[in-house]
Amino acid sequence: MRFQIIFLLISSFLLLIADNAHAMHLSEGILPFNWALLWSVIAVPFVAWGLYKLKKLSAVDLSFKPLVGLMAAVVFIISCMPIPVPTAGTCSHPCGTGISGILVGPAISILITAVALLIQALFLAHGGLTTWGADIVSMGVMGSFAGFVTFKALRSMKINMAVSGFMAGLFADWATYFTTSVELASGIKGDAPFMPLFWKILIAFIPTQLPLGILEGAMTAGMVTLLYKKRPDLLVKMRVIKAEEATI
Amino acid sequence: MKSQISYLNQIFVIIALALIGCFLTAGVFAEGTVPDLRMPTGIVESGLSQSIAEIKESKWPGVDESVVEKFAKEHGREAREPFINTDQGDLLLFVFLLAGTAGGFIAGYYWKELMVNKERQRTNGNI
Repeated sequence: MRFQIIFLLISSFLLLIADNAHAMHLSEGILPFNWALLWSVIAVPFVAWGLYKLKKLSAVDLSFKPLVGLMAAVVFIISCMPIPVPTAGTCSHPCGTGISGILVGPAISILITAVALLIQALFLAHGGLTTWGADIVSMGVMGSFAGFVTFKALRSMKINMAVSGFMAGLFADWATYFTTSVELASGIKGDAPFMPLFWKILIAFIPTQLPLGILEGAMTAGMVTLLYKKRPDLLVKMRVIKAEEATI
Repeated sequence: MKSQISYLNQIFVIIALALIGCFLTAGVFAEGTVPDLRMPTGIVESGLSQSIAEIKESKWPGVDESVVEKFAKEHGREAREPFINTDQGDLLLFVFLLAGTAGGFIAGYYWKELMVNKERQRTNGNI
């Protein structure tokens, strides 16, 4: 109990000294209407899949809902949290979709990312309503799937929890910014060729996102390992590990 | 007497969580450091109206400004004002204060339900 209180107080203090919030989401009006519509159309079935999955899982176990709520709060806060990157002189934020993809699965992770992005677009001017679909695809769909698939693949190769979590967080972050580069380049290129602009944008992200991806990997590894050590029952409940692994 | 202390503990936990909720949410958007309590901590400078030159001069710009908006502007597209602009004065801080207060009380209530009441039931032998 004492540890939790100290942890909460330290977390509060760190957040209190935070500087201006910066987001990587595509801002309102950045994408032309047709591209914004296309990304929204792509995002809709994934969000619908998340709703279906949530309904199905919470029908079996109602306590799944608070866990999803908790993960939504985690994704919201992590994706709002500006972190200065001294090597680049800029700020950016982790995505949190690596950990949510691992813990609640990609479908529900996409759903909670959509909710977090909607609140940010409505009240914080981070992202936008017209670019909501594009942001869901980059951060929700690509981030969640990259995290989930990487973690599962590494675990199936008997790689330990910390390394699997680290790589999942790393690839979730990088996949998000890779997709953002695709979305931005395709939306603003006009008559110019796509590939040179895409590489230009991607390379511009690298000084910030390379170290931040490593940080996100470390965060994800820390969270997964902590859960594995302290609450393996939760990982079993969320089907991250099998029951026999929890007894190790 | 014991029940009164327990009741006070519950109130303390709820208030503490409400305060932490306020700090957590407001702190994310706070500008500057904590100690100056005389003035509200300010809100995010609008990146939308900043020119690229200003962005380059500003310290620690976000990648939304230094990459996304920069390239978009170079190709003739600019971010526009959000539909709901809370970036006016200290409005955003106020919104987060309300959200933090509400969230803190909700968290405190469920903390009590899950931790305090469950512990009491366990002590009474109901679980």
